[in-house]
Amino acid sequence: MLGYVLGRLLAAIPIFILVAIFIFSLVHLTPGDPAVLLAGDNANPQQVEKIRERLHLDEPLIVQFGIWAGNALQFDLGESIYSNKPVTQLIAQRIQPTFVLAAVTLFLTVAIAVPLGVIAAWRANGWIDRGIMAFAVLGFSVPVFVIAYLLVYFFAVSLRWFPVQGYKPLSNGLLTTLHSVTLPSIALALVFAALIARVTRAAMLEALSENFTRTARAKGLGTFRILVVHALKCAGIPVITVIGIGFATLVGGVVVTESVFNIPGIGRLTVDAITRRDYPVVQGVILFFSALLILINLLIDLSYALFDPRVKG
Amino acid sequence: MSVYDQVSANRGRHGGRISAAASYLPANPATAICFGVLLLFALMAVFAPLIAGDPVKIDPAQRLTGPSASAYWGRDHLGRDVFARAVYGSRMSLLVGFSVAAIATVFGVAIGIYAGMSRIGGAIAMRLVDAMMAIPAILLAIAFAALMDAGILTVIIAISIPEIPRMVRLVRSVVLGVQQQPYVAAAISIGTGGLPLVWRHILPNTLGPVLVQATYACASAIITSAVLSFLGVGTSPEVPSWGGMMADARSFFRIHPELMVYPGVLLSLLVLVVNVLGDRLSDALDPRKMVRGSV
Repeated sequence: MLGYVLGRLLAAIPIFILVAIFIFSLVHLTPGDPAVLLAGDNANPQQVEKIRERLHLDEPLIVQFGIWAGNALQFDLGESIYSNKPVTQLIAQRIQPTFVLAAVTLFLTVAIAVPLGVIAAWRANGWIDRGIMAFAVLGFSVPVFVIAYLLVYFFAVSLRWFPVQGYKPLSNGLLTTLHSVTLPSIALALVFAALIARVTRAAMLEALSENFTRTARAKGLGTFRILVVHALKCAGIPVITVIGIGFATLVGGVVVTESVFNIPGIGRLTVDAITRRDYPVVQGVILFFSALLILINLLIDLSYALFDPRVKG
Repeated sequence: MSVYDQVSANRGRHGGRISAAASYLPANPATAICFGVLLLFALMAVFAPLIAGDPVKIDPAQRLTGPSASAYWGRDHLGRDVFARAVYGSRMSLLVGFSVAAIATVFGVAIGIYAGMSRIGGAIAMRLVDAMMAIPAILLAIAFAALMDAGILTVIIAISIPEIPRMVRLVRSVVLGVQQQPYVAAAISIGTGGLPLVWRHILPNTLGPVLVQATYACASAIITSAVLSFLGVGTSPEVPSWGGMMADARSFFRIHPELMVYPGVLLSLLVLVVNVLGDRLSDALDPRKMVRGSV
């Protein structure tokens, strides 16, 4: 068990280093002078020179990378060109809305997708299955901002049940916050749930065709017990893996959703930074999200030990 | 979508299934309808100048006017013909979708086969793939598109880059599986190697899963390009695109929701038919689909 955990941790390190190299090269290997690029469109030559000096742009690329990565390891991602605030501070200020949105979305997703997937597999090839799978393919075909505006039109503009946009921080009370993120979370969850429901169904079908399912049936267990206790536990690993892989999609969705609903989270920060050509922020946010994804997938790898006794070794 | 990698990897080990799948596909009514709709979109893109008027002409006097004989779906906030912009917008979506699918296929298959055949090269390639897949695809595309000059080529490259590693991972898993097959082991043992081995035995086996993955790549590329235009980092605003039309419609959403509906419905419909075709293809290539029971 300890060996497994250590092995996973060690495997994540080179991936993280490669990710850092990619993100670094994104700004430094694109055509043009990175100092000019980083300084933005309105900078004068002195400002460009200052940035060149501060970021050691005269040094060889490998030294530059070493300095940048070394700073990043100490949670120093540089300063925003627009507001001159440290990038880490900007991210920290905006982490709450994004975290709440992601958490509520994840909860809704699992609550919608897993039961749907189980039912679809149970009634495979019947009309319930067809209906659920039609919903699923629709769910990940309709772009998240289209779903978002549909929801806004019906539930905010027409029915006035929810605010059209905006976010109420947790200091206003949990219920107020949840109310303000309901529509964005549903919009995101529908897309994410479509994906998870399909994988749940596939994994359940696999589990239901196993011998142990037939044995459970033969010894007289009820359908519910077979589905939930025996098959779902077996189907858990692929489902959780896909939730991890799907986090990358979720992050993309968060960026779009926060922009549609005007939620001041990290997604909005990203879009604002891009429209302002605020490259240190863009670089920092991508690094932050990538690190988060690696961490989440690492945790998921470790959680296999809970589901699969073979991993415990 | 990378999720299908594992699922599709097990499929289509038999080259002969392609023709079987091809003959099965049109027999299904849903498939036929999707092909029909896709064809309509293609005709719309090709014959846009014959169907619609000028999509970029600005006419401030007629801003936000309703449907008329000259503009069937009314005019937007700059007085541009919404119908014309919607028709021309199909060009952008189809061009990006198919280009990304093609680029992801060519690079993904080449790198994937190499990664599956070479032990050391494969290990290095897979670490690179892992790292690229750790960066959220949309963020990578947004950042790349924002850094380079705005243009359709930039958008295509920006969306292709995160799509390639998914294809590499899929192709490599198929190649590794094929090498376990007795007939491939036999071919290697009688001295078949290098290009003939790849061409005769490996490549045909990857065809099915790659086709399915390319279809999904096309669908997700259409969505991503719409997202880029919607966020304002894609092509320049006057180039008609469905995502850009929706971005323009945001400020007038309460009074003119229809400006959002036209591009939104077209976009969703196109992605839907591409995804359904991908699913159909995947079903047709999967022999296990025939023998599935229930509790």
